[in-house]
Amino acid sequence: MRLRRVVGWSGEVLVTLGVLLLLFAAWQLWWTDVVADRAQAQIVQTVEDDFAHGTAGPVGDDGIPAAIGKDGAFAVVRIPRFGSDFVRPVIEGTGRPVLALGVGHYVGTAGPGQVGNFAVAGHRTTYGRPFHDVDRLVDGDRVVVETAAEVYVYEVTSREIVRPGDVEVIDPVPGDPAGTPTEALITLTSCHPKYSATQRFVVHGRLVESVPRAQWVPSRWLTPPTEG
Amino acid sequence: MYAALWRHLPGPGWVKAVECLALCLVVVAVCFTWVFPAVSPLLPFTDSTVGP
Repeated sequence: MRLRRVVGWSGEVLVTLGVLLLLFAAWQLWWTDVVADRAQAQIVQTVEDDFAHGTAGPVGDDGIPAAIGKDGAFAVVRIPRFGSDFVRPVIEGTGRPVLALGVGHYVGTAGPGQVGNFAVAGHRTTYGRPFHDVDRLVDGDRVVVETAAEVYVYEVTSREIVRPGDVEVIDPVPGDPAGTPTEALITLTSCHPKYSATQRFVVHGRLVESVPRAQWVPSRWLTPPTEG
Repeated sequence: MYAALWRHLPGPGWVKAVECLALCLVVVAVCFTWVFPAVSPLLPFTDSTVGP
């Protein structure tokens, strides 16, 4: 009888652990998206209100515009390939809490529109997954970074899949740690393959236009490309 | 384990069922709010950055 009880108990413990694992998967794959989508939309709203009212502070010496609101977003990024309404906040830093709130800017890399490499990271899955479709970007696709004063239009020039330790992709001249930058570039990093972290998907782009906010006509730059 | 829990819950059958449901919801809430956010950084599924 004692053995029966032990078996019964351990069976219940194992079933409970199984249910908790499923619950964890549901939290990670679904609930973090629900929470992050809401938070990120809220931050975008705060930033855009600030842009509209012209109350943003000046751009810092490091080229990073003043942070807006309590979450520290200093820009928003739009990628028409991901949808005409795709917009996410850009926040300084690439720590875990930052990436749950939007796209994170690698500290020490160039600011938006600056010569050098404006490097940002975003989740491929979970936490609102801003860069879920990063593998769909092709050469010529636009990545638009809006700041209080200027709107920077970048165009994708290349993509690569690298190991997580390959930090030279975010160098001022990607792949050339000793190089002196002459161009304003952008680099997006995200995980690859989806739901894994064994590699990183990296997209590089080049600044093609910088438009003062007063002359910004969204429809001219934000039309989604046709599926190719 | 669950049989013992059932025995120790007060009230008639349907009250026990309601209590079980409430306990389940509490467990889910505690997991979603504190346990899972603490466990997630220990797992490698969501790293998106390059770094040394």
